[in-house]
Amino acid sequence: MRKRLTLWVFVLPGLLLYAVLFVYPALAGLFYSFTDWDGLSPSFQITGWKNYDTVLHSLVFQKALWNNLKFMAAVVFGQTLLSLVLALLLSGNRRIYVPLRALFFFPAILSTVSVGLIWSFVYDPGIGLLQGLFNLLGAEGLAPSWVGDRRIAIYSIAAVQVWAHTGQMMIVFIAGLQGIPAELKDAAAIDGGGRWRIFRSVTWPLLAPSATIVIAYTTIQSFKAFDLIFTMTDGGPNNATEIITTYIYHLAFSSYSFGEASAGSALFLVLLAALTWLQFKALRADRISY
Amino acid sequence: MTFLRRSVLLLYSALIVAPLYFVVVTVFKSSPDFYAHPLGWPLPPTWTNLLRLFREQPLWQYFRNSVQVTAGTVLLVLLLGSMIAYAIVRFRGRTAGLLFMIFAAGLMVPSQVNMLTLYDLARKLNLSDRPLGLILFSSALLLPLAVFMLSGFMKLISRELLEAGSLDGCGEWSLYWRIAVPLVAPSLASTAAFLLVVVWNDLLLPMLLLGSKSRLTLPLAILQFRGEYVTDYPMLLTGVVVTSLPLVVMFLFLQRYFIAGLSEGALKG
Repeated sequence: MRKRLTLWVFVLPGLLLYAVLFVYPALAGLFYSFTDWDGLSPSFQITGWKNYDTVLHSLVFQKALWNNLKFMAAVVFGQTLLSLVLALLLSGNRRIYVPLRALFFFPAILSTVSVGLIWSFVYDPGIGLLQGLFNLLGAEGLAPSWVGDRRIAIYSIAAVQVWAHTGQMMIVFIAGLQGIPAELKDAAAIDGGGRWRIFRSVTWPLLAPSATIVIAYTTIQSFKAFDLIFTMTDGGPNNATEIITTYIYHLAFSSYSFGEASAGSALFLVLLAALTWLQFKALRADRISY
Repeated sequence: MTFLRRSVLLLYSALIVAPLYFVVVTVFKSSPDFYAHPLGWPLPPTWTNLLRLFREQPLWQYFRNSVQVTAGTVLLVLLLGSMIAYAIVRFRGRTAGLLFMIFAAGLMVPSQVNMLTLYDLARKLNLSDRPLGLILFSSALLLPLAVFMLSGFMKLISRELLEAGSLDGCGEWSLYWRIAVPLVAPSLASTAAFLLVVVWNDLLLPMLLLGSKSRLTLPLAILQFRGEYVTDYPMLLTGVVVTSLPLVVMFLFLQRYFIAGLSEGALKG
């Protein structure tokens, strides 16, 4: 009994901090989503589902959701494919591979604000790096306005996200590859399997758990992305890069509709919880043993 | 290495290095030089941007703020997280499962969801615009992930070892401090590296909680430089390079922990 009492002393400080500064704000947010509070005045009214109705019918919210899906699709596709290819190339034991892995991983330790500003320079229409490249190739007039053009801005930012986090996902794949016993591949090779065949029938099925982790993590990260868009375009031009998190931020701190913003947050939470749940399901389903 | 493999690796290295190279070179360029030849070698290289940035901005103050908040948060999260993880491993059974669930549930709630109420609560508790407030809020938000990671590591400690210690008359505190913590020390180090990167680079929470200029952390500070040096890329990029240096230097020496920590964080978060 004494032991259990002492153990509660280990738990209490953290539990208290978590309850007051994490759980309470989360629940309070849910409550405010049913009110018309503006975040400043002491009084507010309970308005039921009205905020949810307003948010779901708001054109900007719909646009933000759609942009977020485009952003997610581009990042998940680009990042998963690229990190898998790099991992396959770098999973061996050559001495040069270690510094290359570190180099590819490196952007992950930079702050998103730094990455955003570095790429604002790369994309700059006047003196940017890409413009310089186009000039070098004698195609001055052909460079698009990377983050100024409404049609491509969200993809330009997706490319930056891929640049920053591919190396990190590559490490997850490399860990997965190194967990595959070499005998399995050797046996397949002896049985006459070509390289592509070995990859498809041996490596890929055993790599599936890593792929699930990478895809799930990347999906969730691309919904959480806030810093990058806030730094590079702040949702512009003309809401072309507004995603759900920046939409909530603008609703709360530019238009002072705390109630509506809370409703947006609650919808966002439902979406993320569903994704996390799917992630757990997928991780279970894909477990392969050998 | 085949030709194809070599070219892919070379191409991707160029993709990573090129933007970084031009950013670093720009630090040593005067503004007129930069606008005349944005991608050329600095002629002649100059320290002007660096000197000007340190003269015009309270950079040391920003560094101090970032160090204070990051160190405070990382230490607090490691301490509280490892204590909870230890208790979860020792409790076993239903209590352990319940505690684990309570914290794991927090993993489903990203801080972006709570931005309004965090902002509001900080004002009400008089924790706005104070380093202590930022430390407490950051810690609360990172605690679920830390508990998740650390209890995974603590479970690997053999139960017999702790029980043997207990029979020898060790109390829970000395079991925790003398056996559990030293045994998971390498994992604590990679968790620390992960937390360090997250807290040092965080933008949203400092933006919600800090107001006055003298309190800003580095990511907020460089966002503010952008406002001030709006057409002056050399100054802005100098700010980016200078504020990134501490983590870059640490990464060079402690790569192993950063790479392990950040991929562990991805696996669990």
